[in-house]
Parts: sequence; structure tokens; C-alpha cells
Amino acid sequence: MWHNIFKIASKPDNIPIVGMLLLVLFFWFLSFWAAFKNDRIRRAAAGRPRPEGEKSKGDVVDVIDFMYPEEEQGLPKKVNCWPHLVKLEFICAIAVMALLMFWSIPIDAPLEEPSDSTLTPNPSKAPWYFLGLQDMLVYFDPWIAGVLLPTFIIVGLMVIPYVDVNPKGNGYYTFAERPFAILVYWFGFFVLWVLEIVIGTFCRGPGWMFFWPGQEWDPHRVVSEVNINWNEFLANISGITALKTETAGLLLGILTILAYFGLGMALPYLWLKRQESTIIYRLGLIRYGVVGFFFWTMMALPIKIVLRLVFSIKYILVTPWFNI
Amino acid sequence: MLTEQIEEIKEIIIGSRVYKSIFRRGFEDTPKNRVLAILGNVFLHLHPPYVKRHALKFTHSWCMGGITFLLFLVLCFTGVFLCFYYHPDKINAYRDMKYFEYDVPFGVVLRNMHRWAAHLMVITVWLHMTRVFMTGSYKPPREFNWVVGVFLLVLTLLLSFTGYLLPDDQLGFWAVTVGTNMARATPLLGHEGPFGEQLGVTAYNDIRFALLGGSVVGGNALLRAYVWHCVAMPVTAIIFLAVHFWRTRKDGGTAGPL
Ligand code: HEM
Repeated sequence: MWHNIFKIASKPDNIPIVGMLLLVLFFWFLSFWAAFKNDRIRRAAAGRPRPEGEKSKGDVVDVIDFMYPEEEQGLPKKVNCWPHLVKLEFICAIAVMALLMFWSIPIDAPLEEPSDSTLTPNPSKAPWYFLGLQDMLVYFDPWIAGVLLPTFIIVGLMVIPYVDVNPKGNGYYTFAERPFAILVYWFGFFVLWVLEIVIGTFCRGPGWMFFWPGQEWDPHRVVSEVNINWNEFLANISGITALKTETAGLLLGILTILAYFGLGMALPYLWLKRQESTIIYRLGLIRYGVVGFFFWTMMALPIKIVLRLVFSIKYILVTPWFNI
Repeated sequence: MLTEQIEEIKEIIIGSRVYKSIFRRGFEDTPKNRVLAILGNVFLHLHPPYVKRHALKFTHSWCMGGITFLLFLVLCFTGVFLCFYYHPDKINAYRDMKYFEYDVPFGVVLRNMHRWAAHLMVITVWLHMTRVFMTGSYKPPREFNWVVGVFLLVLTLLLSFTGYLLPDDQLGFWAVTVGTNMARATPLLGHEGPFGEQLGVTAYNDIRFALLGGSVVGGNALLRAYVWHCVAMPVTAIIFLAVHFWRTRKDGGTAGPL
């Protein structure tokens, strides 16, 4: 069992994935540790007077003031870049170069047989950093998984600063002041992006079939899965056979997607309103809609994974031109 | 005795017109010289003369942006040497890989370093982005620098991806085939994408054809990947990097609320 895992992990091009996992876990721990520490300091500091001579710059100042340990409170707030920062950068550069050298001497970059368009390897895999996208092909058609969703990821990242109207947490670690933003980022990055890469690398064997880590990659394994579409699924559980027609599928699909985004945006809105939260007013309708759209587009991936794996549902919407 | 001589040589060097013409500052460790060390050097003056003290902490930036840039420099450096030996055509490309392995002095280490630095850079870019997110450093006034960063993220991935094809082995060939096959499915612009067929898009005029310079991953694709990888995208990346660094400084240095 370990043999197979080790065989995949020790492929030269897969070593970076193992490294990435360790690094991501380490920095995940580090940033949350720093965030919780700051939150604790902040809570303890609430109500304490500002240090002497400190001019007030609103809310943010008191956090940072107390983030310095007691004995450093009196020290100047700024230091010379030369030598203090340049020195650190130099040490860091030497460490990275050393690591790179030690990595490059024993481990050779892979070089396989000359390319041959008649010999398709099974499985054929994209470079590891795109395996998340390739694995999405299981759940979405190529025009969504390969084109639309990557575009949305890029645009979605770009709009983050413009839709995050929370003025707190600017320039220091904190969790308590922006839990929603941090949870969404970690879900997208850690759970979806990184985990999909791991699945794509370690669990996808011949024919892109799913194998548990350690399971032998048997190309002749037969997987009998009969996938049905959303309207057929509804017809089966409700017993109304009329739902199985193409038109019904089209209408049901459109309705479902509209309802998904519509309810996905309306329900939190109403809930926030009942909580008398000011967030929706600060966001405004357009920004709220943008956040909602990208959030629910992202959540469509795990939802489709569950629908597929648990209920064998393939498409939500079937049209003559494209399927979703 | 020896130290005296060394001191004397030092005095001569520091007093010389050549030294003064290059460094334009004294050697003593004075506050003024510390500032001049930064301001008088085109490379170091990417830095401000002073930084906030908490910016020195490892947790503040994880050094990740800097490490990413260092790896970018390593890639440019090793890449130039790889270019000396590499021919982007179907006949020579794979053979050149073998030359690196058996013939070129330090060819193996050169190629290894280029590849591992590339993989590492992909990882450090993600970690850098995560750091910026976790410290909320994309918030005003740094919104635009985050957007520039996203461009750099995409460029890093595409640089890595175009480089993957260049050895012309099975690994790169099929990875790029799988990758560019997705372009077939582009809505409107791909011949298998929604509404592509209705618009008269075929395998011979769609976006995949434009990327590959043909309908298969062949010699033209190799040449295009090479030009993107060695010229077009590094130059673009350097322009974005210049903006990125400049903006980091103009927006008040690495974030911190002091
Ligand atoms: C080729 C890739 C990149 C390089 C070489 C690079 C380099 C740097 C460097 C050296 C800094 C100074 C602070 C630090 O070291 O953390 C910085 C800051 C910054 N980077 Fe990047 N970066 C890259 C990609 C990105 C990406 C992908 C993003 C986000 C999507 C981003 C967003 C930012 C922002 C917002 C700052 C200002 C942070 C602050 O003030 O604390 N960068 N970058």
C-alpha cells in the first residue's frame, strides 16, 4: 500500500507537491497562531490607555501598540533599512540558494521518452499546479472547468480588495475582525485548490478513475456508474415521469440555477437584515451581488462533487448547445 | 602588523576617486551613511531608508515576496545559459536535453536548478498571496497592487506551463496537449465550445489553433512556447514586477498600521 503512494510521491515532478503541502500546513498554522495571538492581545488591551505621546489614528493603533512585547514598547518605531532589513534579506537569499542547490544536485529534473503523438500515456496529466482544474473536468464540462472557472478564479481574486469593505485587519493578522473573509479564502485555497491537486496527483489513475491512496492502479478495473441528469433524478424520486422530457429538463435546469443564485443571495440578505447588521448597507447592492455571485460559483464545485458522488447526478441543465 | 596593513589598504581604497565615484559616501557606520547606502544604490533603493520595526519579523512577510523575486532572478540567470544550448525545433529540442545530461559542463545541475526553481516559485507565489491576504494587506491603499499581483500570479503559472513543453518529451507533450485541449471548449472561440460551431469556428481557426500555431502540438507549438517562455512573458513579468515593487513603496511600504 505504501509502495504505491511512495512511487507517486517520489516522482521528481511530484516532490514539489509534498513540499507544498508541508509549507502550506506550516504557514496555515503560523498565520492562525499569529492571528489568535493578536486577537487575544487586543481583547486584553481593550480599554487600556494609549502609550504616552502616541497620536491616535483611530481604531487600528491600539492593537499594534500592544502587540509589541512590554520591553520593546519604548523603542523607536522605525529602524534603518540598511543594515537591519538588507541583512535579513541577504541571509534569507543565501538560505534559499543553499536549499535550491542541495535539491538540484541529487534530484534530476524528469526527462521521459521523446514525445510521440501516437503513444498516449494513461493517465495523461497536466502539470501538477493545474491538476485542480483537470480534476474539475470530472464534475463540469471542459468549457466550465477549463475556461470559465479559471477566468472566474482570476477575476474573483482581483475583485477581492474592491468588495471587502471591512476597514479592520489592515496590515496585521487577525481572525476575530474578519472571520468571513478568512474562512472563504482558506476554503477556496486550501480545501478546493490544494486538495484538488492532491486528489489529482495521488488518487487519479488510468482513465482518470478514482483510486484510494495506496490502491494499486489497475487499468482494467471496471467502474459501473450510471449517471443521470437532475430532471431524471427528480422524476425518479417523485414518480412524475413527465419530468423526464427534454423540455422539462431545460426548464427545471434553468429554474434550479436561478433559484440557486437567487436564494443564495436573498436568504443571507434577509438574515443580515433581521440581525440589523450594517454590512449590507456598507456593501451596497452591487458589491453584495458580486460577492454573492463569486461565492456561490465557488460553492458550486463542492456541491456538484457531492451531487455526483452521492446521487450520481451528472448535469443540472441540459441544452442542445451546452450542459451545466 | 597585518591588520595595520589591511587598514592602510582600506584607507587607500576608500579614499580613491574610483571608490568615491561609485559609492559616493563614506564608509563609517553613521546614521547618514546608513540612509545613503539605500538611497545611493539603484538596486537597494527599492527599499525605503527606514522600515517599521515590526516589518523585520519573520511572521510579518514570511519573506515570501522577496523569495519569489529571488527565484525569478535565478530562473532568468539559469534560463539564459539554457538558451545558449537549446534549439526550439522538433529535431533538436529533445536531443539538446540529452546534451545537457551528458555533454554540457554542469548541464544537469543547470537544468535541475531551472526546473526546481520554477516549481518552487509557483509555491512561493501562492504562499506570498496567502500572506498578503492573511495580513489584510490588499486593503486601501493597496487594492491596485493586489490586482498587479494577480497578473503576476497568472504570468508565473503560464511561464511554468510554457516551459513544460520545451524538453519535447512525453511528459511535457501530453501535459500541454491536455492543457490546450481545454481551449477547444472555449465558449464562442473554441470549436467544441458552446456556440463555437454555430459561429463557424473549426479546429483550424479557433483559439487553440492560435495558441499552438496548428491543430496539433507540433513544431510550431514548440516555437510559440519558446518565444512566449523566453521573451514575451519574462519581459511582461518584469514590467509588472517593476510596477509591483514601485507600488509597494508608494503605498507606504509593506503593510502595517503604524
Ligand atoms: C512574481 C510574483 C510576485 C513577486 C516577485 C512579488 C514580490 C513582492 C514583494 C518583494 C513584496 C514586498 C513585501 C513582501 O515581501 O511580502 C510584495 C508585496 C505585495 N504583493 Fe507581491 N509579488 C508577487 C506576486 C503577488 C501576488 C500573486 C499577489 C496577490 C494576488 C501580490 C500582492 C502583493 C501586495 C498586495 C503587496 C503589498 C503587501 C504589503 O504591503 O504588505 N503579489 N510583492
